[in-house]
Amino acid sequence: MSTAVASHAHPPTSTGLDHRKIAIWAFIGSECMLFASLISTYLIYKGRSVVGPFPHDACNPPLCATPLKPILNIPVTSVSTFVLLMSSLAMVLALAAVENRGKPGYEGILGSSKFWLMATAVLGTTFLGFQAYEFTSFVHEGLTIRTNLFGSSFFTLTGFHGAHVTAGVLWLLTLFAIDVKRGLQPKDALLVDISALYWHFVDVVWIAIFTLVYLIK
Amino acid sequence: MATAAVSPAYAGAHEASHSGIWSWLTTVDHKRIGALYMYTALAWFGIGGLEALIMRWQLKGPNGHVVSAETFNSLFTMHGTTMIFLVVMPLSAAFFNFLIPLQIGARDVAFPRLNAFSYWVYLFGSLFMNTSWLAGMAPNGGWFGYAPLTTTLYSPGLNIDFWMLGLQVLGISSLAAAFNFITTIVNMRAPGMNLMRMPMFTWMSFIVQFLLILAFPVITIALVFLQFDRFFGTNFYTMSAGADPLLWQHLFWVFGHPEVYILILPAFGLVSEILPTFSRKPLFGYPVMVYSGILIAFLGFGVWAHHMFAVGMGPVADSVFAITTMLIAIPTGVKIFNWIFTMWGGNLRFTVAMKYAISLVALFTIGGISGVMHASPPADLQQTDTYFIVAHFHYVLVAGSMMGLSGGIYYYFPKITGRLLSEKIGNWQFWLTFIGVNLTFMPMHWSGLYGMPRRVYTYDAGQGWEIFNLLATIGALIQLVAALIGLYNILYSRKNGEVASNDPWGGGTLEWSIPSPPPEYNFATIPTVTSRYPMWDTKSPVLTSSVPHTRHGDERSDFTVGGKHVGAIHDHLAAGTPEGGVNPNAVQASTKISLKTAEELGIPIPYPTIKPLFVALFLTLMFASLLFIHEDKLQLGVTAIIVFASAMTATLYLWLTSPLEPDHHH
Repeated sequence: MSTAVASHAHPPTSTGLDHRKIAIWAFIGSECMLFASLISTYLIYKGRSVVGPFPHDACNPPLCATPLKPILNIPVTSVSTFVLLMSSLAMVLALAAVENRGKPGYEGILGSSKFWLMATAVLGTTFLGFQAYEFTSFVHEGLTIRTNLFGSSFFTLTGFHGAHVTAGVLWLLTLFAIDVKRGLQPKDALLVDISALYWHFVDVVWIAIFTLVYLIK
Repeated sequence: MATAAVSPAYAGAHEASHSGIWSWLTTVDHKRIGALYMYTALAWFGIGGLEALIMRWQLKGPNGHVVSAETFNSLFTMHGTTMIFLVVMPLSAAFFNFLIPLQIGARDVAFPRLNAFSYWVYLFGSLFMNTSWLAGMAPNGGWFGYAPLTTTLYSPGLNIDFWMLGLQVLGISSLAAAFNFITTIVNMRAPGMNLMRMPMFTWMSFIVQFLLILAFPVITIALVFLQFDRFFGTNFYTMSAGADPLLWQHLFWVFGHPEVYILILPAFGLVSEILPTFSRKPLFGYPVMVYSGILIAFLGFGVWAHHMFAVGMGPVADSVFAITTMLIAIPTGVKIFNWIFTMWGGNLRFTVAMKYAISLVALFTIGGISGVMHASPPADLQQTDTYFIVAHFHYVLVAGSMMGLSGGIYYYFPKITGRLLSEKIGNWQFWLTFIGVNLTFMPMHWSGLYGMPRRVYTYDAGQGWEIFNLLATIGALIQLVAALIGLYNILYSRKNGEVASNDPWGGGTLEWSIPSPPPEYNFATIPTVTSRYPMWDTKSPVLTSSVPHTRHGDERSDFTVGGKHVGAIHDHLAAGTPEGGVNPNAVQASTKISLKTAEELGIPIPYPTIKPLFVALFLTLMFASLLFIHEDKLQLGVTAIIVFASAMTATLYLWLTSPLEPDHHH
């Protein structure tokens, strides 16, 4: 038996899982603390801004130069939230397509990992487009990252989330390129699996942000 | 099996990884990276010690004026930052790197190239932070960098920028390493090495990695806020905009207190290896030691505000944090008693390593007890910001962490280099260190209780502080002599030390089953582990009669790992000798002529690569470019950031698309 072990390039892992799967979970645990710090700061600074605009309240002189409506646009952000949630669905289908390559029932669009990877990336990019639109309109309405505590903590929190989505889109496009180049096979499922874990995590963080920042007054 | 076509690749990797500067720049071997960490950390120990000596020289008598108040501010800031982030953490990382794979029976860490990346980020980050000295703009806001003091309003110079950007870079190094070690320990344990058989150093390291991944993101965000405030004009720490003056303090200490355990637990782990070996007894109360470590780490996240009693949080918050702080003394005390009971009735051998380990147990206890004293808010209000606190944390960090790590160096130097450090010179170093440390830090308790504040650059005569300061300065000079003797010992023994066998001390854990220094593949055969002390099982089974074992006929002795059956009990270490006998592989390995190379054994060794170094370099330069924004050279700054970010990303893609090691399966 010992010779068999010796000739193994790498002995089997203790858990039977790939190293990358363990590492991504540790990374996600760490990211939880990152976003917890950002979200806590946002909540601590909620209602402490000394000048407007404000997220949920109208702002009238003298706190603002001109009367301002509450700045958060919940209907529009609800649409972008839905887009991001749908991207997670596409991600699940991309992973299923890679894992079940060649199996019955996965011949058509359902089995096209290229389609679902690109769909996920496109939906993620759409979410980023909504965020760019939101940021731009806020600046036009007089809220920048320097304006008040709300501006500083809001742009930093959602900006960090947007940066994570951007990294995820780059990751997905990389996988898409690999898929186009040589085709992702079931043995490559782990590559898609860990990117999916990351993508779903970023999605879950957005649900927390949407609830705590947008929905709760 | 390796084919003929692959053989040159093995040979190339083998040759390149063994000689010259290039081999060090491109190494991905955890043992060599560990050595790089150790020597770099020792170099910074010299710099950080020099900073302390200048301060002690200034304070040796009243009205000293060796350096200006401004320089003194930079000295205490950089002394603290250097000793914590550039010395104790990386010295611990040196042992994580070197030891964890050896102790769990693995051939490397889970991600060898990421490991190299962690080291290079540490090196470049530490160099970046210290170039501030050359620019005459060394950080001057204290190692804790309290905002709003560190915002542009009160600290307009580049000093704080060097500090916060350097710290941000160093955090990336620690986080990358932590993900790596968590994966390594979870996933690369040899068959039979279940969690409750892991050596205590690996256990404490495992806990520290969790502290790192959970605590560092918090200071990352605190530093991001500070960067945004300083570079982009945000309001996180702007009081006039309604900011909370305690935001930084809370975020910093939510990181900062777990950081204390990040600094001490690796030393606890080393002591838990040294004491059993030199007592010839298994560690007393192993499971309780494990649980105590976990409890310390868990409670460590719930005590941060004891650093903030003086800010007036109110009686409820003060009481809660006082109680959690006192609670943490229980698992720590358990560890102290378990070490004492490990030695109790043992066959003690007072090597230098053992002396360092025992002095940690004794002196850390002093620091622990003064810690319980200022866990009480009324007492703390008298002691806070005085030299009493300085005395406390130096007993914890110098007499605790550094004593443990020094013991670790004496214990593991033969495994790292193949030669023993001189015990004779080491005895001089130990006793001078022991006297110097106590002479430096014990009198600070008195100067503190007599009211001497921390961080003052000079003081007037007649306040009763003179004698204590003089003693402390003499103690610091003795420590300097001790450190120089230690340096001499390392330089001398590397060439002239006694040649070490596989197991010069009679240790019980797996690292002592392989040659000193280990071959690049560590283990020719992955061992199967049957108890906490596999080496004692084979060499002196009587020592391990009291620890749990896998027994013949026990179904647990046939291991199935990851769906693969990997074999029966003792196939490697005992090799069928019922009394234990001698490990046949160890015998083979100890005569170096017969030591087989990786390619002969068919073990793939990762290719050396320069890419992690360049990714680390571009990452550091990217952060450094933010300095231009402070200087109002926005265009230059943004251009530099984009250039370095692109270079980093491109190199990262090259890294990720190049194979780790020769393809083994054909």
